[in-house]
Amino acid sequence: MTEELDAGLVAEQVAESGQLSEPADGREVGRARRRKEDARLLTGRTQWTDNIQLPGMLYVVFKRSPMAHARITGVDVSAAKDMPGVVAVFSGQDFAGEQGSLPCAWPVSEDVVIPDHPPMAVETVRYPGEAVACVVAIDRYLAADALDAIDVDYEPLPAVMDMRQALTDAGPKVHEAGNKAFTWTFAQGDMEAALRDAPVLVERTYVQQRLIPSAMEPRAVVATTDGDGFTLWTATQVPHVLRVMLALTTGVPEHKLRVIAPDVGGGFGSKLQVTAEEVLCLLLTRKLGKPVKWTESRSEGNLTVHHGRDQIQHVTLAAESDGRIRGVKVELLADMGAYLMLVTPGVPLLGAFMYNGIYKMDAYSFDCTGVFTTKMPTDAYRGAGRPEATYAIERVMDELAAELGLDPIEVRRRNWIRHEEFPYTTIAGLTYDSGNYEAATEKALALFGYDKLRAEQADRRDRGDPVQLGIGVSTYTEMCGLAPSRVLGSLSYGAGGWEHGSVRMLPTGKVEVVTGTSPHGQGHETAWSQIVADSLGVPFEDVAVMHGDTAISHKGMDTYGSRSLVVGGMAVLKACEKVKEKARRLAAHALECSPDDLEFTRGAFTVKGTTSSKTIQELALAAFAAHDLPDGLEPRLDADATFDPENFSFPHGTHLCAVEVDTETGLTKIRKYVAVDDVGHVVNPLIVEGQVHGGLAQGIAQALFEEAVHDADGNLLTATMADYLVPSAADLPDFVTDRTETPATSNPLGVKGVGEAGTIASTPAVVNAVVDALRPRGVHDIQMPCTPERIWRAIR
Amino acid sequence: MPRISVTVDGIRYEEDVEPRLLLVHLLRDRLGKTGTPVGCDTSNCGACTVMLDGKSAKSCSVLAVQADGAEVVTIEGLASDGTMHPMQQAFHEEHALQCGYCTPGMVMAAIDLVNHNPDPSEEAIREGLEGNLCRCTGYCNIVRAVRRGAAVRTP
Repeated sequence: MTEELDAGLVAEQVAESGQLSEPADGREVGRARRRKEDARLLTGRTQWTDNIQLPGMLYVVFKRSPMAHARITGVDVSAAKDMPGVVAVFSGQDFAGEQGSLPCAWPVSEDVVIPDHPPMAVETVRYPGEAVACVVAIDRYLAADALDAIDVDYEPLPAVMDMRQALTDAGPKVHEAGNKAFTWTFAQGDMEAALRDAPVLVERTYVQQRLIPSAMEPRAVVATTDGDGFTLWTATQVPHVLRVMLALTTGVPEHKLRVIAPDVGGGFGSKLQVTAEEVLCLLLTRKLGKPVKWTESRSEGNLTVHHGRDQIQHVTLAAESDGRIRGVKVELLADMGAYLMLVTPGVPLLGAFMYNGIYKMDAYSFDCTGVFTTKMPTDAYRGAGRPEATYAIERVMDELAAELGLDPIEVRRRNWIRHEEFPYTTIAGLTYDSGNYEAATEKALALFGYDKLRAEQADRRDRGDPVQLGIGVSTYTEMCGLAPSRVLGSLSYGAGGWEHGSVRMLPTGKVEVVTGTSPHGQGHETAWSQIVADSLGVPFEDVAVMHGDTAISHKGMDTYGSRSLVVGGMAVLKACEKVKEKARRLAAHALECSPDDLEFTRGAFTVKGTTSSKTIQELALAAFAAHDLPDGLEPRLDADATFDPENFSFPHGTHLCAVEVDTETGLTKIRKYVAVDDVGHVVNPLIVEGQVHGGLAQGIAQALFEEAVHDADGNLLTATMADYLVPSAADLPDFVTDRTETPATSNPLGVKGVGEAGTIASTPAVVNAVVDALRPRGVHDIQMPCTPERIWRAIR
Repeated sequence: MPRISVTVDGIRYEEDVEPRLLLVHLLRDRLGKTGTPVGCDTSNCGACTVMLDGKSAKSCSVLAVQADGAEVVTIEGLASDGTMHPMQQAFHEEHALQCGYCTPGMVMAAIDLVNHNPDPSEEAIREGLEGNLCRCTGYCNIVRAVRRGAAVRTP
């Protein structure tokens, strides 16, 4: 009984979570609103792409290469064509004239090599699972049957698996131009001077293993045509980007193409892509004149949803004998896989400005080489470049502390930017607008019980306890809220970073909001409603938020890079402000006063010092009727706005992790995890906490569980969910989360973004803890994931 | 083709099915019960979990013919009189879902867990839901929701 009551109490506390910003004045922003989205998601009325059924719809399945690298010497589809229910069978040759090349929107450097990337392989396959043929049939089972009747002849070519080996001239090539995709460098300060006679040099190599994003909803595409235009439903994060790119790739004119992201079951960057299957389904409906559907199986997805991470980082840190950093030098190899997809080469660049972390230093250099291998292309996965950078600097800071015999908190304290120093321009050239690393760290230490756990650690070491305690620290920051368009342009990205919003007051006083962001679990319908309710003074329930359909949401840059609230939420707020300005003119006309004489509170304009007022709902009706509008004012109370941020936003925080490592079995158990994050002002604490929880789980998963493993021939050994270890509830601990609140100064909401913070922060916290547990045994690193076997071997 | 008789969310269906047809495809493609999604092909994720004669079952691992004569309850059949089941309500209250793809299976598995253990500890919940994967929530709020749902059901 007490337990249930406690659970309820805890929930209330979490839900209210108002110690920081729960509004006392009835405002919506800051309130732990339960989500509007939940009703359909909880009752099975969700519209996933695979739920869509159209009259006469055909099913598509793809024949995929069982080899990593091979020449296609023959494709015989004749037997498959005769199978029952089969409408058509195509090989890459059949698309050769029309399929174009899958786009790369981020040609990062002058020397970048962007190989032609046919959606369906025609002559050569370069990664396992690459599509080589497809069957279109009346039923998904019959389509799968016919797939087995397609006969493909391959002439095997050598797999290219190792980045260092790939860069030598001698070995096999992925593309004729060679295996180097690009080089990209950045340097600031005198690195030579920093390294020369440095009292402390810490030089480490870290491997960011390849990860499979594993959103719970497998990809799916439905495409149809009415003979003139095309409609594509797809499980995507980026319907707007996709529409532009499909128009450029397939020649379907942009204005004849409608892209819809219905309910989308998670993305984490993996659905920030222009996929082969989206292009091919569009081409199939064009060829056949019928609606087609393709739904991915999980095993197909593990092979062919773009992968994440896969970098080798060589990091050199030079410091004074008191621990102050002189400089950080980074040499990075980034595995592109076989092709450059939408933002593949840009991912390491997103990390390039983050290797200095929250620390002051005199010199920094970053030297990156992108390498082709015969693996699935890599691309954005939660954090995209920033988790890798944060891992390297936070791991190496713990190594510096160990070299000097300092506490890892102390060595950070000696180097971090102090709160009174903001805004601060870092050695990497970014201007961090705000932050308070001292406050977040103090709070985290108190919640964690740091000193007590250190005492227990010492005691276990003294006793020679077979279960050792390790404590890991991560004081991270990250750049998000992608992004100032000008900055993206200077980095050679193909598009801008603005976002669009529309706000329409309807005649009955209700509000429709259209956002250019494209949520897939983040809760924009709820959070945007809170922002609009406050701004216009209307009830939360009176706001509907629409998104994800290019016929409804005409403009947008979609959802990734923790950008939606910081950029998209701001666009919605800006549109609200415009609506209010128009309403003010109308109210002044109706109340026969000057607009300046009006006060706007709780959804009504009142003539100062009087009781004479008009509600915004009354004004909406008046604007609709248009019987008595001031000269020059157009009917309808609505507005569009676009927001382009001036700067990135910089969430930060301190994460502390305690692990128990069984030295007899190598098994690691997380004993306690404390995350104190500063994401600026918070619109909905419930959603923010949820984002942190999920982010932590994915970061911890990289540290302890997940790895895409290939054999020497290039076969993916973790091609199913039975082999790739997405953690379950039983694998993860409860998390202690809290916040400090230093508002961003780069947007009026003071918000920073929260989607990736947990993932960025947690991986080094966990690995630092594992290494800390084993350091007395001479261990300085464990390669991720820190599996029992790797730990057991490291201490033998 | 074998003919089966199966009750789904209170309605009895007579269907001719191929012996190889999976229950989840019968539900989704033939009966329009798209509330039950498919998340994997190795029965690891549990997104497709339904109640089969009162016990949770992964409907991707059951042939439609095996459900002959059975009673199936999906996420769509949980609410009564327009009110959500206490476990659905608890998931809402505790923000135990984000993208919602795992949610139907997670709710069904949670109900089964609470049916067997009306007052589960955090550890029992974590172990009990091991067969259902979620990529969004980190499970903290799911654990809280199951405890809340259990508390409502066992006053």
